[in-house]
Amino acid sequence: MDFQISMLLAQDGIVNGAIYALLALALVLVFSVTRVIFVPQGEFVALGALTLATLQAGRTPPTLWLLLALAAITLAVEAVRRQRGLTVDWPVTLAWTVVMPAAAALMGLVVKPASLAGQVIATLLLITPMGPLLYRLAFRPLAHATVLSLLIVAVALHGVLVGLGLYFFGAEGSRTTPFSEARFDLSGITITGQSLVVVGVAAVLSALLFVFFERSIVGKALRATAINRVGARLMGIPTELAGDLSFALAALIGGVSGLLVAPITTIYYDTGFLMGLKGFVAAIVGGLASYPVAMAGALLVGLLESFSAFWASAFKEVIVFTLIIPVLLWRSLKSRHVEEDE
Amino acid sequence: MTSRHLLIAAVVALLAGWGFLPEFSVTLLCYIGLYAMVASGLVMLTGIGGMTSFGQAAFVGLGAYATAWLCTAPQAAALLGLAAGSPLLPWLGLVLGLVVTGGVAWALGAVTLRLSGHYLPLATIAWGLSLYFLFGNLEFLGGHTGMGGIPALQLGPWSLASTRVLGLVIWGVLLLGLWGLHNLLDSREGRAIRALKSGRVMAESMGVNTARQRIKVFVLAALLASLSGWLYAHMQRFVNPTPFNLGLGIEYLFMAVIGGSGHLWGAVLGAAVITLMKQQLQDWLPRLLGESGNFEVVVFGLLMMLVLQRAAEGLWPAIAARVRRVLKPEARASHAAPMTLPRRALPAPGQPVLEARQVTKRFGGLVANQDVSLSVKAGEVHALIGPNGAGKSTFFNMISGVDDPTSGEVRLQGEAMAGQPSRAFAARGLGRTFQHVRLLKERSVLDNVALGAHLRGRRGWLSAMLRLDRAEEAALLQEAREQIGRCGLLAHVDDAAGSLSLGQQRIVEIARALAGQPAVLLLDEPAAGLRHLEKQALARLLSQLRSEGLAILVVEHDMEFVMQLADRVTVLEFGQVIAHGSPQQVQADPRVLEAYLGGAEPLAAAEAALEVVQ
Repeated sequence: MDFQISMLLAQDGIVNGAIYALLALALVLVFSVTRVIFVPQGEFVALGALTLATLQAGRTPPTLWLLLALAAITLAVEAVRRQRGLTVDWPVTLAWTVVMPAAAALMGLVVKPASLAGQVIATLLLITPMGPLLYRLAFRPLAHATVLSLLIVAVALHGVLVGLGLYFFGAEGSRTTPFSEARFDLSGITITGQSLVVVGVAAVLSALLFVFFERSIVGKALRATAINRVGARLMGIPTELAGDLSFALAALIGGVSGLLVAPITTIYYDTGFLMGLKGFVAAIVGGLASYPVAMAGALLVGLLESFSAFWASAFKEVIVFTLIIPVLLWRSLKSRHVEEDE
Repeated sequence: MTSRHLLIAAVVALLAGWGFLPEFSVTLLCYIGLYAMVASGLVMLTGIGGMTSFGQAAFVGLGAYATAWLCTAPQAAALLGLAAGSPLLPWLGLVLGLVVTGGVAWALGAVTLRLSGHYLPLATIAWGLSLYFLFGNLEFLGGHTGMGGIPALQLGPWSLASTRVLGLVIWGVLLLGLWGLHNLLDSREGRAIRALKSGRVMAESMGVNTARQRIKVFVLAALLASLSGWLYAHMQRFVNPTPFNLGLGIEYLFMAVIGGSGHLWGAVLGAAVITLMKQQLQDWLPRLLGESGNFEVVVFGLLMMLVLQRAAEGLWPAIAARVRRVLKPEARASHAAPMTLPRRALPAPGQPVLEARQVTKRFGGLVANQDVSLSVKAGEVHALIGPNGAGKSTFFNMISGVDDPTSGEVRLQGEAMAGQPSRAFAARGLGRTFQHVRLLKERSVLDNVALGAHLRGRRGWLSAMLRLDRAEEAALLQEAREQIGRCGLLAHVDDAAGSLSLGQQRIVEIARALAGQPAVLLLDEPAAGLRHLEKQALARLLSQLRSEGLAILVVEHDMEFVMQLADRVTVLEFGQVIAHGSPQQVQADPRVLEAYLGGAEPLAAAEAALEVVQ
């Protein structure tokens, strides 16, 4: 392996690592706020990428129907809850169930944007509300269940979404047009514009999230909920809204990752799952708690993947997923007394 | 008719009808049996042990591939010095499969053991994926095309080539396995396994090595999956990676959860329901949707979410409750004569049993305990009191092995206990209760108390499975019953612990601690939530235990209770001992009065105020 190849592999690894870092961020966020180990995180990637591809092909994305169905069911569930005397936060509920789906439908059915920017907005409008809707339907009824039950529900939801993805998009993969066709030559190493876009967007998005959590009152409320649910509730922070928000962010991040990765790799209905799991390996490096360590882990996963693809391409998945064993061993050796489960 | 009769009748009916069933039904039953074997391991893991795995399909694959390779690779036979096609090979394949599976499961369990419960399932997802890719890419295992030509099983002179014959073996193995698991759960080790689910701190305090139990349950579940894989390989006579992927691993979990993850029969029910549904759905869904693909996973996923949201216990308990109404209850009688349990020699009265020397605990900059010294002597009730936040709970954790002191020393029966886990404290004669009651709420009072006697039994998993532990088990249960009687709860012996009042649950905890025949008893607020008469009964019980030579340390807020009962009192404030002595001395100590009443007032007025508080 010469220098040029290794630089090429490194570039590949960093680009993929940036995507995994975004997914790891979403996973840590959702887990710390809601205790849900959100296995279907990767499904947002595939749904986002394939939605963009259908938009670019000039067709109506079938995910729109899924969104509208989810919105209708959620609306019905909220009405029933209201009937039973539970308080329903209508402004937020209507934002997820009516405003955003209506906007997505408008974009997908009427406007049919021809520009890449328009298509990106349409896709994100479509994917983002799915997060809170799925949270409300699948996880909120189990808010007090054990982490284990929530994990099993997450895996079940993954099955549902992958099955639906196959139904919507078929078994064939898609690729979308890149955001940038530019190529730079840096002393013999070619750097594609697309990879700069990926790394740049990932960096900006992470920075925005950082500012959101550190500076904004909503972000602080989310962090408070993550640290102590009961305490946060006693301070008047609606923990359900925290669930909604963290899932919306997760869906948004998933959607963005899908848009970023779709021009680089062919995306199939089940590609997202593997990507999400690599995000998981990264998140586990950070103990499902630390954002910076998770991001470093994501970079490690990306590099490991691209270099093992070169040396032992048939075994690259095996190598990446086996990384979890030494990571867990390391974490295990760091902990002393038995950890108490919830 | 009891449930046992019903089971025998079902087995007889199945056997009688076996020869007449159509070939297709026999094959389906074979699959249900194989799946149920895997699902029963998941029941042990998920519903009973409080862990889970999405990677059981990979263990099935290990079992299947191990025998497939050993039976077909010429090098394997040559290595063993056997002729190719020897009827011994499949049996060696079984051994190889079990050894490899056990090793992998042990390693996976070992790296995730000390971490919180969700790391194990996450590791199984990664592991399930890796192994699938590995099977598909290893040349010597046939790659994605798989390996054919696996011989049929040969049992002495009989060939098990036909599905109809092999099916009998499958169901025989399954029923035997269920019998073993049922026996295991109904034993000392079974109680330890059940205790894993509701908090490991409690189980450790009863002397259970939770890390070891967890790993053993995980390995057991993996071995059951491997056994299923071995039978599968010799039934199909062909293996490829597809049936061992993560999707199937998830499906096995669906079986356990939908059937009822807390019940062994739930595994059989779940396997049957999912297998039959899958077969119907694979027929109907593509026609309905006009496309081919694995759409049944959508239905299963939705079903699974519905079950977990609406009936987390699964289908089996609902069915069992209906059937039980018709049946006579099973008499839970043990015929074995109880053996005598070992008793520990108690230290002589006045001898220090538990000593803390200059114990300090810091959490970052916060000093929770500073140089706390205290000695609990045999035949004495020692009370530890102090206002809220004085550091009593932190201290309690350190003298019971839940946490380590930053500096200082804890000695139990003369031995320094630095760095020892709480189960080592239990082994050296420390029994304890919890401030927030920690009982297995749905288990009977008897079961809960018998867990306290865990360390007084020796019998392990194998003897429990084979029912060789009955004399010991009878003795443990008898001991539990005696302690329950002593604490005055004999009327509730078979009630679910969660159905008792909070005060009674506290007493159950004391009975559980006593079942371990401790030398020193640590009670964390035992009188909280007790009514007046119950408090008096508790005081009588503790006095009696004291006269029997037990050392007792009580953390308590009820001053009347403490002052009447205690021989000596230690008062903690802001993490430091501010007073120490007889109840009279402590009550007269101005620093104590200041701590409790705020401000140095004349002694008489303070005592009068204390009376009012009482």
